[in-house]
Amino acid sequence: MNFGFTEEQGFLREAVRKFVDERCPMAEVRRLMKTRDAHSPELWRALAEQGTLGLLIPDEYGGAGLSWVDFVVVLEETGRTLLPSPLVSTALATMALLEAGSPAQRSRWLPRFADGRAVGTLALLEASDRQGAAGIALAAVRDGEVDVLRGEKRFVADAGAADVFVVAYRVGTALRLALVPKEAPGLRVELVPTLDETRRSGTLVLDGVRVGPEDRLVAADPEATLELLLDCGCVAVTAEGLGAAEGALAVTVRYANDRVQFGSPIGRYQGVKHRLADAWVDTESIKSLLYYAAWTIDERRAELPRYASLAKAYLADAFTRIGVDCVQLHGAVGYTIEYDIQLYLKRSKWLRPMFGDGDYHRDRLAALTLG
Amino acid sequence: MDFNFSPEEQAFREEIRGFLDANLPDPVPDEDPAFLQAWNRKLREKRWVGFSWPREWGGGGGDLIRQFILKEEMSARRAPALGLDFMGLTWVGPAVIKHGTKEQKAEHLEAILDGRSHWCTGYSEPDVGSDLASLQCRAVRDGDEYVIHGQKIWTTSAHFASHIFLLVRTDPTVSKYKGITCLLVPMSTPGITVTPIENLSGKASFNQVFFDGARTPVANRLGAEGEGWKVVMGALANERSGISESTEMQQHLDDIRALAKRAVRNGRPALQDDRVRRRLSEMEIRVEAMRLTGLRHLTDQINGKPSGSETAINKLQRGILEFEMSELSLELLGSEALHQGEIQHDALGWHGTVIGGGSPNIQRNIIAERILGLPKD
Repeated sequence: MNFGFTEEQGFLREAVRKFVDERCPMAEVRRLMKTRDAHSPELWRALAEQGTLGLLIPDEYGGAGLSWVDFVVVLEETGRTLLPSPLVSTALATMALLEAGSPAQRSRWLPRFADGRAVGTLALLEASDRQGAAGIALAAVRDGEVDVLRGEKRFVADAGAADVFVVAYRVGTALRLALVPKEAPGLRVELVPTLDETRRSGTLVLDGVRVGPEDRLVAADPEATLELLLDCGCVAVTAEGLGAAEGALAVTVRYANDRVQFGSPIGRYQGVKHRLADAWVDTESIKSLLYYAAWTIDERRAELPRYASLAKAYLADAFTRIGVDCVQLHGAVGYTIEYDIQLYLKRSKWLRPMFGDGDYHRDRLAALTLG
Repeated sequence: MDFNFSPEEQAFREEIRGFLDANLPDPVPDEDPAFLQAWNRKLREKRWVGFSWPREWGGGGGDLIRQFILKEEMSARRAPALGLDFMGLTWVGPAVIKHGTKEQKAEHLEAILDGRSHWCTGYSEPDVGSDLASLQCRAVRDGDEYVIHGQKIWTTSAHFASHIFLLVRTDPTVSKYKGITCLLVPMSTPGITVTPIENLSGKASFNQVFFDGARTPVANRLGAEGEGWKVVMGALANERSGISESTEMQQHLDDIRALAKRAVRNGRPALQDDRVRRRLSEMEIRVEAMRLTGLRHLTDQINGKPSGSETAINKLQRGILEFEMSELSLELLGSEALHQGEIQHDALGWHGTVIGGGSPNIQRNIIAERILGLPKD
């Protein structure tokens, strides 16, 4: 029993922190969020050179073959400074390939994910906005061996930057997952302006897109694969959110030490310091749930669904509170576009619904433990 | 990161389970003093009371991971607490092990493990609560003795305790932290009077303790004169770390789930009520966070990182949980909550862990100042 990080994981954290501080300071975040995809191909290639993009990808496909605990370390650090990038989306597409991709599909995409030539993402949600298999209603029409898709996938993260989409649909009642490249005939991406401009979302319009056997993932149990992807999604966004919550807390602690009112830094007043202390208790508690959840992905997968929900439910509500508190504690300047704290508030709004909000996961936990 | 236990640790877990199967009655007669004494003797034979204390003083000499496993298994089966003298085991004994003389160790440690002593703790005074370092209870050296004058309050268990772990001021001329000394005083000492205070649930759990020229030998001083603050910081850390353990909260969660399973709200089973279900899930989230945070700190301890302010995390979580669980249990009772009863009384019984060991706002000050680096209040 050892609930600590290895020395290597400590080095990894330092390296990523140094990278994001040097290559993507807040000025660069603000520049990128005004670009079409909030995605910098140069930054992406630099992340690839660092080995960050191939972290979860096995050696044979050009990656480092590391674990989700390592990946969580990376996401905490990229979340801390709100780094705009399709890191989470591509990791989830990677998981789809590792779980259910054919050798040919893996050989085609994984090396390109690892060296930064391609970006992948999940396209699961539909107009019903229901999480999980219950939300997949898109029905394919069969044309011989080909599934023909007509419909929409909504809230697709990094839709504009993605080169390939993992699309879920049904043939009759059977769930299927497939890889659809962005140049597939009949596929169109409609970008939708986002509240958190460091993130991008879009609608995938499928107008007669043809999915052949070579495009379909070969999951023995597609429902289980889908659930795994969503649970990994919970872990990933919780890690990013934890980093962002810690970032917001650090920015606000600095402000509370600097801002003087009534002859003293406002951080001396209990009305201020107690809120910040509560935020810290929340971030530390989230760490405990998150790190364990990440460990279960590689080591004890039967426990993943419960821990993914425990971690995401805590993060979704706590980061919401922390985001609002941190803006409030800044007073009026917190409400200006100039101060960075508002960007953290908006990130909390992005992460709350991603892969299910607090109530969704509390309901899921209740179903697991209470029946 | 590795949450697997070694084969030896697994075997230890099996040994505990086997012991419980063979020895623990069902239901557990945990109010029966004769049973509790007999149970303690059995645990002493296994050296499971004071599991991590040095063997030369009667402890088990065990490591922290096995201690964790032992507590987890005992709690899962609702076995009585490990040991009978709660304060003796949780902070007085560890303080004596760290700061005590050979004679003090011989006098107190085995007695604590056997449950022959029963310690209480003399910290708070009528004008001194959260600002503990301002305490005024005075001890003046007179030859080989200290003469004690003053008053303590909120002294839990003083009405039946055998000894008091007592903080006194020995030097009023130096800074408030430096003039404090810790004494180990028998409650039978002439000049000590105990007056129980009825608490809001109608029970006498805490007391006023008056010292009117009580004399105790200098040999009963724990640590050097003027070093009492250092002793008490360690003792408070141990008290908070006891409160921070998740095992009891897991039991409370199981209890409230059982209550929810039989409760009816507005003619419908309470477990069909989304709000009840979500509140139970919220509790599950915090209890599990406490358990895993405890494991993170256990790892730190094993790696030699001194445990510090981190216990404040779980102490605050426990406070939130105690309130939430109390209120939900009363709501689940419906109008029965108007009447007296065990659940109703338990719902008012959170003061020991929420206020004891430092109130929630004191924990927040500690975090903000020592960890976040905000200016001192």
